[in-house]
Amino acid sequence: MSSLQFLWFVLIGILFAGFFFLEGFDFGVGMSIQTLAHDEKEKNQLVATIGPVWDGNEVWLITAGGAMFASYPFWYSALFSGYYLILFIILVGLIIRGVSFEFRQKVAARQKNLWNWSLASGSFIVPFFFGILFISMIQGMPIDAKGNMAAGFTDYINLFSVVGGIALTLLSYLHGLNYIALKTIGPIRDRAKNYAKFLYGVLYIGLVAFAFLLYLRTDFFNVHLVSTLMLLVLMVVLTVIANVGVMRNMELLAFLASGLTLISLVALLFTGLFPRLMISSITQKYDLLITNASSSPYTLRIMSYIALSFLPFVLAYIAWTYYIFRKRISHDRYTEY
Amino acid sequence: MSIVTLARFQFAMTTIFHFFFVPFSIGMALVVAIMETMYVVTKKKQYLRMTKFWGNIFLLSFAVGVVTGIIQEFQFGMNWSDYSRFVGDIFGAPLAVEALLAFFMESTFLGLWIFTWKMVSPKLHVVFIWLVTFASSISAFWILAANSFMQHPTGYTIKNGHAVMTSFSALLTNAQLWYEFSHVIAGAITMGGMILAGLSAFQLLKRRINEPDFYKKSIKIGLWITLIGSLAVLMAGDLQMKALVKEQPMKFAAAEGEYDDTTDPAALTLVAWANENQHKRVFGVEMPYVLSILAYDKLSGSIQGMNHINKQLVKKYGQRNYYPPVNTLFWSFRIMAGFGMLMLLVAMLGLFLARKKSQLLYRQKWMLWILGLCTFAPFLANTAGWLVTELGRYPWTVYGLFTIKQSVSPNVSVASLLISNIVYFLLFTGLAATMVALIIRELKKGPDYEEKLLHQDQRKSADPFDKEAFE
Repeated sequence: MSSLQFLWFVLIGILFAGFFFLEGFDFGVGMSIQTLAHDEKEKNQLVATIGPVWDGNEVWLITAGGAMFASYPFWYSALFSGYYLILFIILVGLIIRGVSFEFRQKVAARQKNLWNWSLASGSFIVPFFFGILFISMIQGMPIDAKGNMAAGFTDYINLFSVVGGIALTLLSYLHGLNYIALKTIGPIRDRAKNYAKFLYGVLYIGLVAFAFLLYLRTDFFNVHLVSTLMLLVLMVVLTVIANVGVMRNMELLAFLASGLTLISLVALLFTGLFPRLMISSITQKYDLLITNASSSPYTLRIMSYIALSFLPFVLAYIAWTYYIFRKRISHDRYTEY
Repeated sequence: MSIVTLARFQFAMTTIFHFFFVPFSIGMALVVAIMETMYVVTKKKQYLRMTKFWGNIFLLSFAVGVVTGIIQEFQFGMNWSDYSRFVGDIFGAPLAVEALLAFFMESTFLGLWIFTWKMVSPKLHVVFIWLVTFASSISAFWILAANSFMQHPTGYTIKNGHAVMTSFSALLTNAQLWYEFSHVIAGAITMGGMILAGLSAFQLLKRRINEPDFYKKSIKIGLWITLIGSLAVLMAGDLQMKALVKEQPMKFAAAEGEYDDTTDPAALTLVAWANENQHKRVFGVEMPYVLSILAYDKLSGSIQGMNHINKQLVKKYGQRNYYPPVNTLFWSFRIMAGFGMLMLLVAMLGLFLARKKSQLLYRQKWMLWILGLCTFAPFLANTAGWLVTELGRYPWTVYGLFTIKQSVSPNVSVASLLISNIVYFLLFTGLAATMVALIIRELKKGPDYEEKLLHQDQRKSADPFDKEAFE
């Protein structure tokens, strides 16, 4: 394995981690719109908390996909064609969610609810099916010698993958609630915290089930015992910290902890896979590996130059944007633009 | 139905729909950036109102453009996995760079532009929209770099049955890329101008109209942009065609409907119909000399016909059908060129009639109708242009290296493709209908709608939590 291959494996991991940290709270806010908010003003208030940033957050996913295509074309091909219908559902979710921000603001009042629903349902669909995708992937999928995957229904949808889907949805939901508590003023801020207090109870059960199934259904504990255990413990500790943050009204702490929980989850998946990219359930010989699925050294080198010279600027203006929009949003101030 | 047919249909459908909104957004971003710049320079409130009003239409098109763009990136892997394996070493890089360099900038600064009207100075604010315009143009550049490799592969070698990049700079200096890029950007500028002028013309045709001056001014700006854009399209398209004669003679011959080698000098066929099974033309109306001028810039020179080229290709690449869908290509080319010329003429005529002294344009209903209907011209021209480019490459995905049949995902079922085709079709129909309805609604609202709303809102506002918002 060359250092560039390793670098791009890590970079793809970072891009997915960034996607779930950032778009995670966008999803959570979207999920909340039809339940947490009581009236149209509060719905607008919720949408205003992510209005300026959600589109940029989604770009992390597009960049992750592009980076995967460029640096690991065999991984990209196997994953995207093998997960055809799952990714198709994710795309539909992203589409109905993505247009709703603009549409709900511009339609007549009586159609507004349609787009609120499309925002909410899209926000549920995407993380849930990403959970299904990643958790079925780490269990091993029927991949043949050419790297083509032809899986059956139970390969995609099984107890563990559904638990994984629910876990990712729940983590995003909680991350969104913590974000709402951090970014708003008014009754909705307290309501978000009350929701979070309850849901953290559910999450503990989910985490235990997740760890148990991870042990039963994957080889993570055999191949990477130390890192798997450490990251699982880290996820629990971060969840406790987030929970305490919610109880003690330390909103920033709770938000950061729930975001780091999502990042730890991605780290757990990527370290568990290492040095594989996808696991073949047919035979170990057909595993997609970092060493045999990557682009040429030349392409990786060019890509590294470009990524390392431009990423700092990208991160800088993204950080600046969050600084600009640092103020809390009240339910009467949403039109302030 | 085979997976190849279904995958091709899906690619055509998603790409055409996506490309309704890409040049729309790039063009309108430029329009809005120009208006806001005029506001910052002249400080006239009118330009600010124009910026916001047309900005709303821009945002609608941007939203649909973004969500349909994600499908594009995913579908290479989903529907064309063998293609992605073959060419990923080269093709993936521009896609990744596009996301990193263009999409982050575009989305971040668009977010800033929408939400910071009252937070930053006008001078900084106008920078945001220019960065959005710049970023969306770069995004076009990188995706066209990928497409240009498919049209005219450069800087690669074949290793273990895969294309491997040997020169990144060859990818970027590909002449095809610069023809495509200038053609697409000029087309987008034309589109922005034409939509601005066309929608304004519709507004002026209404019986009761609040602020005719607002729209008259918009028409003028729109027509100037259309004029500049369509002149640039003409030049870029001409250069591109001249390159095509050498690099993809089959595409050129099909777009001109020439089965047999032409006479010297070659005549341009204005209208024709081909019998694609018997590989010959049923009828055609010709204009002497013109094709020689278009192809070689001189009054002599003949063009190879498709039958001749097919024989050469068979010799070079083996037995296969190399004829693209001739009638589609021939007519697409005429639709593209015809509407392109129409927009140029309309812009010139419109600007002439709108001179300060006469102002004839705004009193002539027929001219306003023509302008209004021309709103649809760029959509047709853009789509037709891409049909020529993409269908004309048949039977290749990467010209001379990899065919469409080799490219498709072997493991995706007909059922999956059928489901996704149907759902995408319904989704796009719904989105298109919503778009049209919302654009009409924005036009009806007229300028200053949001300001009026805000005033109503502030009068009602008496909330105890209000103060905290300034913490």
